[in-house]
Amino acid sequence: MKNLHISTTVNGDEKEFICGSDETLLDVLRDRLDLTGAKEGCGTGDCGACSVTLNGRLVCSCLVLGAEADGAEIETIEGMAVGDNLHVLQRVFIEKAALQCGVCTPGILVATRALLERNPDPSDTEIRYWLAGNLCRCTGYDKIVKAVQIAAAEMRSA
Amino acid sequence: MALDSDAQRDFKIVGTRVTRPDGVDKVTGKARYGADISAPGMLHGRILRSPHAHARILSIDTTGAMALKGVKAIVTSADLSRPEDNFFADIGDNCLANEKALYDGHAVAAVAATDKATAKAALRLIKVDYEVLPHVTDVDAAMAPDAPVVHEGRADETVAEGYSQNVTSHFEFGHGDLEAGFAKADKIIERSFKTAATHQGYIEPHACLASLGADGRGELWCCTQGQFNVRTMCAELLGIQASQLRVTASEIGGGFGGKTTVFIEPVALALSRKAGKPVKITMSRDEVFRATGPTISSSMDVKIGMTSDGRITAGKANLRYQGGAYPNGTVEFGAQSAFAAYDLAAVQTLGWNVMTNRPKEAAYRAPGAPVAIYAIESVVDELCQNFGLDPLDVRIKNAARKGTLSSYGPTFNDIGLVATLEAAKAHPHYSAPLGVNQGRGLSCGFWFNFGGNTSVSLHLNSDGTIGVVEGNPDIGGSRASISMMAAEELGISYDKVRTVITDTNSIGFNDVTDGSRVTFAVGLATIKAARAAIKEMCSRVAKIWGIDEEAVIWEDGAAKPSGPNAGDFDPMTLADIAAVADNTGGPIAGHHEGNADGAGVSFGVHLVDLEVDPETGMTTVLRYTVFQDAGKAVHPDYVEGQMQGGAVQGIGWALNEEYIYGEDGRLQNPGFLDYRVPVASDLPPIETVILEIPNPGHPYGVRGVGETPIVPPLAAISNAVSRATGVRMAELPMSPPRILKATSAKV
Amino acid sequence: MVRVKLWGSLRSLADGQEFVEADATNFKQLVDQLAEQYPALRPQIKRGVSLALDGVIYRDAWFTPISEENEIVLMPYMVGG
Repeated sequence: MKNLHISTTVNGDEKEFICGSDETLLDVLRDRLDLTGAKEGCGTGDCGACSVTLNGRLVCSCLVLGAEADGAEIETIEGMAVGDNLHVLQRVFIEKAALQCGVCTPGILVATRALLERNPDPSDTEIRYWLAGNLCRCTGYDKIVKAVQIAAAEMRSA
Repeated sequence: MALDSDAQRDFKIVGTRVTRPDGVDKVTGKARYGADISAPGMLHGRILRSPHAHARILSIDTTGAMALKGVKAIVTSADLSRPEDNFFADIGDNCLANEKALYDGHAVAAVAATDKATAKAALRLIKVDYEVLPHVTDVDAAMAPDAPVVHEGRADETVAEGYSQNVTSHFEFGHGDLEAGFAKADKIIERSFKTAATHQGYIEPHACLASLGADGRGELWCCTQGQFNVRTMCAELLGIQASQLRVTASEIGGGFGGKTTVFIEPVALALSRKAGKPVKITMSRDEVFRATGPTISSSMDVKIGMTSDGRITAGKANLRYQGGAYPNGTVEFGAQSAFAAYDLAAVQTLGWNVMTNRPKEAAYRAPGAPVAIYAIESVVDELCQNFGLDPLDVRIKNAARKGTLSSYGPTFNDIGLVATLEAAKAHPHYSAPLGVNQGRGLSCGFWFNFGGNTSVSLHLNSDGTIGVVEGNPDIGGSRASISMMAAEELGISYDKVRTVITDTNSIGFNDVTDGSRVTFAVGLATIKAARAAIKEMCSRVAKIWGIDEEAVIWEDGAAKPSGPNAGDFDPMTLADIAAVADNTGGPIAGHHEGNADGAGVSFGVHLVDLEVDPETGMTTVLRYTVFQDAGKAVHPDYVEGQMQGGAVQGIGWALNEEYIYGEDGRLQNPGFLDYRVPVASDLPPIETVILEIPNPGHPYGVRGVGETPIVPPLAAISNAVSRATGVRMAELPMSPPRILKATSAKV
Repeated sequence: MVRVKLWGSLRSLADGQEFVEADATNFKQLVDQLAEQYPALRPQIKRGVSLALDGVIYRDAWFTPISEENEIVLMPYMVGG
C-alpha cells in the first residue's frame, strides 16, 4: 500500500504527515495528528461522531480519505474555542446540560456551527433535520436542540 | 442511612443547576475516552471472529499469521485461565471461544501487530477448522426438546423435565387464587407477545489499552462502567492478583449496562503479556453489535381479567427470554416487575431463561423489566378500550400504594406511583385534542434500583478547598452531584469541591456504575465522609479553643461555638483549619466504605401522542411527557436528562430497533444504518415532570432514577399505535412493515 | 422465630410451603438455617438471594437484623444496568 506525503491546514495550523492511501481522514486526525476530538462511532458515516469541516463543508471524516486533506482546510472541534474563550455553542451546551457522556458532543458542535453559519435563525425542525446525521444515545436530543436555539439567539444579537 | 430528620431543610446547593466539572473538556474534545490514548511501543490488537452461528472448533493454525512481519503475538482461549466458577468461565469463554464458536461474531483468536493493517492481514492468515453445527436463534424454538443444544448440563434444579437443555432456569412469583380471580372478571383478555433483541447503542465502541508484564503487574485503561469489576474478571482470567492489576476507567461514551462486563480487556492483557508490549484494541461498530451484550428477545403470554368498572381481578404472565449463548438471569426481573404497579388479589408470573446461538446478553437499563411490563400494560390498555374506560383512571384504581402486597412478594412502603399517575392526569398533555390517525398511549413503569459497595474519600486541601475521590465512572453527570452533596454537607460553595474518579489501586472497592446507584450510594458515602471530616475538624477546633467537642458546631462552612455559653470565638473556616492542620494532628480527611441498601424502588408514567401514516406504516411521535418519582433531585438537569434519554431509548425499542437474524444464524444488521436508533428528526421535545417523594433510605431523600425511564415507552408507544390504527399490536418493534402487515390483516 | 416468604418456584423445594420459619436474628443466620432445613434450597442460596425487609431491599448484607415483627421476603439477588 503506497504511502503519501500530505500537506494540509488544520484549525489554521499547517500540518504535514505521511499516510497510507487507504487511511481515512479520521484515522489521520486521531492517530497521526493527535487530534482525538473526532471519534469513531461507526466507521461508516452513520453516526456523525467524526464530523469535521473540509474546505467549509461538513463531512464525516471516516468517509474522507486522509489523502483528500492535501491542500485543504480542515476544522475540527479542537479549533472551535479561541484560546481560553469557548465558542458560544460550547458554553451554552455546558450551561444547558446538552451533553451527558459527551462522546457525540464534538461532532454535534461542529455540525451545529456549520448550520448556524448557513442559517443563523433555524427552526427546531431545521435543527433536528440538520442534526439527523449525528446520533446521540444519552440525551434524547431535547436539551441539545434547546441549547442550539439559545446559542443561535445569542449569536444573532452579538 | 436514614433520611435526615431535617430533610425538608432548605438545600442551598442540592436541587440547583450547577455547571458540571468535565464540561469544558468534553466540549473542546480534550476529554479522553477509551480509544483516545496511546503508549510508547504500543501494538494494535485485532480479533478473529467466527462466521458461524454454531460450530465446533477443531483446530486453530496460527503459524502463517505468526510468520507475518510485524506480528508480535497471537492468543486463543488457551492463553486465558479456565476458572472453576461457571460465572467467570463463561465470561472467559465469551472473550475467546474454547471448544465451540457459539454465535456469529464469537471471538476465536486475537493478534497483536505493529500496525493496524498488519493486524488485519494477519487475521486472514489464521486457519480455523470449524465443524459447523445446527444452530438456533429463536427463543421458543430453543426451548423445544429437539433444539440444537448450546451447552449441555447447565440447567439448574428449577427446570422441569421435558425441556431442551437450553432452558437453564425457571422462576415463579405471585400470590392468590388465580381461578377465583378470573372467575370474578367481566372480561378476560389473553394475548401473546414477541419482542426482538436490542442493543444499548452507546456511541463509543469498546476500547482498551493493556500492558501486562511477565511479573504479573498490569495497567489497563478501558471505557467501562466499573473498573473494579473489570479488575476482578481480568485477574481471574489472566491468573494474576487483583492488587497487581491497576484498572483506570476512561471517560465513557455511553454504557447503559452494556459496559458492565469484559469483552476485549482480557484479550488485550493476554496479548500484551505474550508480546511484552502494550496492546490497544478498539472494537468496530460491526463487532459491537455482533459480539457485545444485547438484550434478550422474548416470547410472552399474558392473561388479565377485569370487571366492567375497571378493577383487575387476576393477572398471569408466562415469560420466555433468550439471553444468548450462556446461562443468563434476567427473566426473574421481568417476572418480578411485570405486575409491580398493581394491587392484585391474584397474580402469577412464570419465567424461563433460555440459551441460543446469539451473543451473551448484558444489562440494558432495568434489565428484564421493559418487555414484561410492555406486555402487561398492553393487555391492561386493551381491557380499558374494551370497556370504554379511561386508562389513567383504571391505573389509579388498581395502583399499588403503601401497604399493597406487591406481585413479587414484599409489601410496599411509601411509593410514588399514585402521585405520578395523578400528575399525568392533571397535565395538559392528557386532555389535548387528537387528530385523524393519531392515538394516545400511556404506561406505568417500575424498577428496583440498588445501592451497593462504595468507597469514598474526602480530604481538605491546604487552601481550604475539598477533594473528593470516588471510584464510579460518571455516565450521567454524577461528579457534579457528588460535589454538590459534599458542598451542601460542608456548607461551602460548589466551586470549592473537586470530585475525581480514580483507579482500582487508589481507593477501596466500588460496585459498577449501574442499578441507578451512583447518586444514591456514592452520594450517601460522600455525605458520611464529609460528616466524618466535619467531626474531625470540630474536634481539632475544640482543642484550639479549649472547650468540649460537643460545644463546637459546624455551620456554613465553619466551626462555631454552639452558643454564647460555649465561649466567644470567631468561626474557623475550612481554610483557617487547613492552615493549622500540621500543628493540630496532621492532614484532615474523612472516608466511608459501605454496602448501601435502601435504594428505594421507582415508578414512572409516560404519555405519548403519535400519528401513524396508514399508507406507509410510519409512526411520528408528536408529543411525549415523562412523569417520574425521583426522590430528591440533586441536579434537576441530570435527572431530566436521564428521563429524556431513557424515554428515547424506549421509543427506539418500540418503533424500530431490532436484531435481525438470517436463516444462517448470522446477524443481518450490525450497523447504525440498519439498526435504526432514534435520530433528532424523529422526535419531538421530551417534556419531564419530576415528582419528589423523598426516599427514606437516604439522608437527602435521593432515589435512583436512571433506569426506570426505559420501561414505560414500549407499552406507551404500542398502546398509542394500537389506538391510532384500531389494531392491537403485539410485536416489537412496530416498524412500518409490521404496522402495515397488521393493519392490512384487519381489513 | 422469624417467618420468611419464599417466591413461587422455591416453594416446591421447601415442601411446598409459601412461608417457612427459622430461628434467626440476622440475614446470614436466616439463609444458613434455610439451607440447613431445606437442602433443596441450597443451590439457589449459593447463586444468591436478596432480602426484602418491610419493603426495603437488602442486597446481601449478612448482619441485617431481622425479627418476628418484620415482613421478610426472599428475592433473587438484585442486579442493575
